Amino acid sequence: MERTTIDLWVGIFVALGVAALLGLAMKVGNLTTSNIGETYMVEAAFENIGGLKPRAPVKSAGVVVGRVEGIRFDTETYEAIVSLNVDKNYRFPADTFANIYTAGLLGEQYIGLEAGGDEEVLKNGDKIAHTQDAVVLEKMISQFLYNKAAEPAEPTTVPAESTKTEDDALTDNPLDDLIN
Amino acid sequence: MIRSKILIGLVRFLRKLGSDFIDKVWRLGAGTRLFGLMLISSGESFRRFRLVVREVYFTGVMSLVIISVSAFFVGMVLALQGYNTLQKYGSSEAIGVLVALALVRELGPVVTALLFAGRAGTAITAEIGLMKATEQLAAMEMMAVSPISRVIAPRFWAGVIALPILAALFSMIGILGGYLVAVPLIGVDSGAFWSQMQANVDWQFDILNGVIKSIVFGVACTMIALFEGYDAPPTAEGVSRATTRTVVTSSLVVLALDFVLTSFMIV
Repeated sequence: MERTTIDLWVGIFVALGVAALLGLAMKVGNLTTSNIGETYMVEAAFENIGGLKPRAPVKSAGVVVGRVEGIRFDTETYEAIVSLNVDKNYRFPADTFANIYTAGLLGEQYIGLEAGGDEEVLKNGDKIAHTQDAVVLEKMISQFLYNKAAEPAEPTTVPAESTKTEDDALTDNPLDDLIN
Repeated sequence: MIRSKILIGLVRFLRKLGSDFIDKVWRLGAGTRLFGLMLISSGESFRRFRLVVREVYFTGVMSLVIISVSAFFVGMVLALQGYNTLQKYGSSEAIGVLVALALVRELGPVVTALLFAGRAGTAITAEIGLMKATEQLAAMEMMAVSPISRVIAPRFWAGVIALPILAALFSMIGILGGYLVAVPLIGVDSGAFWSQMQANVDWQFDILNGVIKSIVFGVACTMIALFEGYDAPPTAEGVSRATTRTVVTSSLVVLALDFVLTSFMIV
């Protein structure tokens, strides 16, 4: 069976199609690996991770310093263990806080690292002790409604006022007086 | 006098309407008959697969450029428009999901089918119409070669093979175009772009359904093009009209079928 250039082109065409389908089937996934170089891995346990996904960014002060490598469930503590890949260039104190935040009101979730004050730094395989769970909106709303229902109907304005005074107290920081 | 003229005009109008309708139904029946005949006599196109490969080259490979360029721009526009709206709600990371789902579910199969009808369908109609006008088909029959199994069937199977491949390429290139706009140009986080996409694009309900759609569109587009060519009056005007009808009918059928298929797929 003699070969023609048409056969070659059709072969290339079909191969391209199969490649495109495969790429789509992998959910357009393995095309990009994260552009972070050398990393070290730390783990953090959360009681609730909300909608956190693998490959979600790890940010500190808003800067992307790493990625979520994987999430698994620990059957002994009934907590979610999130492993984070953090760029080697960024060192964090051992008592760093790991929080799950949401970008925007309904946006994707990411991990925010807040540096502590320890002399020791986090090393590969360390565990972050201080964590804060994701905010579950339904929980907050139901709690809010429950509190609303529990409190007497009349003094609805009082808590608002009290928080306001608290805010005022915060802004009128006594330290300011000391400094001045 | 005037009233009778109006009456005659009305009758003529109704006659025209009726004859047009009957003509459409007749053509639908003839097209279905050709489809059945083609299916029965498509054994030869598999025994001599080279015939199909040749047609895949003309319908598929030659459409690669128009498909990839338009896919690239469609993806870029999707990302640009999507970002513009999504960032108002603070969820610009969802841009990857938007681009991927729009392409894989709808735009990939539909736009590819529309472009395919314009690029390959017209060529098929014109070729077969001209073959008929120059009595090549009649000559084949004289030589006891069935034009349906020799000319129609290979083109049909080539179209059915080529369209899903082109649609998959369209989706893939479109997503790459969207990525180029969203990540380097606008500055959406690339990990969020891909991870949200992966989390929300389902392999079966999105990608497989898109492939099924493109196969159905391939059958419809190619069959319409083949029938219009086979049915064209053997004149220059007839062939040109048939070519126009191919584009119009294919586009309408693709859009209508898209609605029907989508309503089946979204449960």
